[in-house]
Amino acid sequence: MSRYAGVDSGSWNTKAVVIDDGGNVLGTSVVRSGADLTAAAEKAYDEALAGAGCARTGVTAVWSTGFGRNAVPFANGSRTELDCHARGAAFHVKGPLVVIDIGGQDAKVIRLDALGQRLSHRMNRKCAAGTGSFLDEIALRLGIETAALDALAAQATEELELSSFCTVFAGTELLTLIRAGRRPADLAMAAYRSLMKRVIAMDVFEGRVVATGGVVAYHPTMVALLSEAVRAEVIVPPYPQEMGAFGAALAARDGAVSVGPGSVSRGASAAPAAEGPDDDS
Amino acid sequence: MAAPRAELTSTGALRDTMAAYYRTLGDAAENKSAPVAWCSSVGPAELLRALGFAVHFPENHAAMLGAGRTANRYLPVAHAQGYSQDICSYLTSDIGAYLAGESPLSAFGLHGVPRADVLVFNTNQCRDVRDWFEWYGRQWNVPVVGINSPRSVGDVAEAEVDDVTSQLEALVPVLEGVAGARLDSARFAAAIGAAREASSLWEQCLKTATHRPAPFTFFDGTIHMGPAVVLRGAAEAATYYRTLLAELEERTLAGFHAVPGETLRLYWDGMPIWGRLRALSTTFAEFRTAVVASTYCNSWILSTLDPADPLRSMARASVELFIARSDGPKERYIERMVELYGIDGIVFHDCRTCPNNTNTRYGMPRRLSERLGIPTLVLDGDVNDLRCFSDEQARTNIEGFVEQLSDARGVSGRREN
Repeated sequence: MSRYAGVDSGSWNTKAVVIDDGGNVLGTSVVRSGADLTAAAEKAYDEALAGAGCARTGVTAVWSTGFGRNAVPFANGSRTELDCHARGAAFHVKGPLVVIDIGGQDAKVIRLDALGQRLSHRMNRKCAAGTGSFLDEIALRLGIETAALDALAAQATEELELSSFCTVFAGTELLTLIRAGRRPADLAMAAYRSLMKRVIAMDVFEGRVVATGGVVAYHPTMVALLSEAVRAEVIVPPYPQEMGAFGAALAARDGAVSVGPGSVSRGASAAPAAEGPDDDS
Repeated sequence: MAAPRAELTSTGALRDTMAAYYRTLGDAAENKSAPVAWCSSVGPAELLRALGFAVHFPENHAAMLGAGRTANRYLPVAHAQGYSQDICSYLTSDIGAYLAGESPLSAFGLHGVPRADVLVFNTNQCRDVRDWFEWYGRQWNVPVVGINSPRSVGDVAEAEVDDVTSQLEALVPVLEGVAGARLDSARFAAAIGAAREASSLWEQCLKTATHRPAPFTFFDGTIHMGPAVVLRGAAEAATYYRTLLAELEERTLAGFHAVPGETLRLYWDGMPIWGRLRALSTTFAEFRTAVVASTYCNSWILSTLDPADPLRSMARASVELFIARSDGPKERYIERMVELYGIDGIVFHDCRTCPNNTNTRYGMPRRLSERLGIPTLVLDGDVNDLRCFSDEQARTNIEGFVEQLSDARGVSGRREN
């Protein structure tokens, strides 16, 4: 059995996934990226390897993605997070489809054709609106952990509207509504609705819709609101937060081509690395 | 084997040509050797030159602030005067620099921008040029005159050309009064002829990039278009473009790659991001992608100028300008360029403070992509306000776009599961 790995060096978290040649997930890890992206990548990779029960020498190729993709020195190649989220989503769901990825500090909408090839993509502007940071800010204003926001929103009874997309203005608006005696549960739901509206305004949603990223992994309310807005089921594939890393592992497996400087992947698929003694294939 | 990336040797002549222009402008302003007119970029420069004005183009000055990455120092100065962060950052950086008492023109011996005797706008590009000029008009108590052009022009109607021709005719006595001279028809025709010749040579320079590999890119063009902008109507512009064209033709014959290993060819629509020209040029080159043509550089091709009919041909050139057109003619124009240059994809710059030269906001990228069967990319940024631009996000967008184009050519592995 050959193994492949992907590391997604994101702005907030670094994710790693180890797969076999059938695309089955053998191990995963999510760690804080912090200021040292390389150290975070090393840690995430080692944790995912431990979960998969193998050593680095047992991995044929590892590819990186994410904004810190060039800070992963052990990677054999890299692809953008646009490619890797699309690749990962297309593994699970046949196209044509639209992939929504909502990360900590960016949001992407990627349209794919029937073969899973990218047709277009849109990323959020230079702004936190439409990203996970928006929910962090709202949770802070409500005095709760971001992880508790979803359960709180589940208790909503009144439909409130946050009129501002801007994270800072929305926070201020929230304080006004709190002073007006509005219930925190309704405000939490209003925050999700605001985020949803920002995201669905990024592109046209035709075909199947797949959602990935940390926000949909931990906030099912967001998935429900997206489904309601696009009037279709929004599919959340397995390991949504690790989807970029999973896509990078698929890129390693498929012998994708890096387009960056030099434009040659570093041994991605040409010759498998020497199998280590703890390889169980 | 691709040739290494190299500077055009004509760059020396370019620097000399531009420096001579700035020194002449400085002489007019400081020593009163000629009256000084300010002119918007596609305003009636030939008319001004024929009347003996030394002509200053504030958009050129603003682009210098952007390219020198000093614009962001000056923007807050103008914002504090009540000029919004959402309006033209050319306007706000230029006024801010004036209020700060600084200008890159000091390198050519000028003490700031040259004080105008008259400011002449043409709103064919936007209303902002008028607001911009009126600020200086109030500052110096000098006349601000111009052309209020039709906007969003579909198929050009003769009535629209008549309208602009009449406005140009009405400008003549006003400008004669400021210049203290009558318009000499032979001199005017000569200025139009010089502009037409330079335009034709500039067009030939740009079209050398129809060759594969392209000897010249959009990023080169943004620098080498200087004489086409500031010396319109003067013989020096054509002189320079003969030099540049000869070098580009040599490069073409030699199979020179402006982008080593050119693999993909893109079209750029919208304003340049002046403070990131080099960075973007390098990024695209790293991906062996040549941005071979642009709406922006092409906008100084003014083929309808005719020395036999100076005013009316100027009016026609003004009305026909890309930026003044509706989406239909704009799309047809880009379609022709995609065909002519063999374009693989189109990059649209969504310029935060320049809605008039941003073509992303009414669905054009999607329409063109569907009609032409090539992908489009929208890059968020700004002409001068770098706070609206993210290097990291731009790089990911560009790299992702190149991946997409490469995948479509089947060079990237993706297997069925």
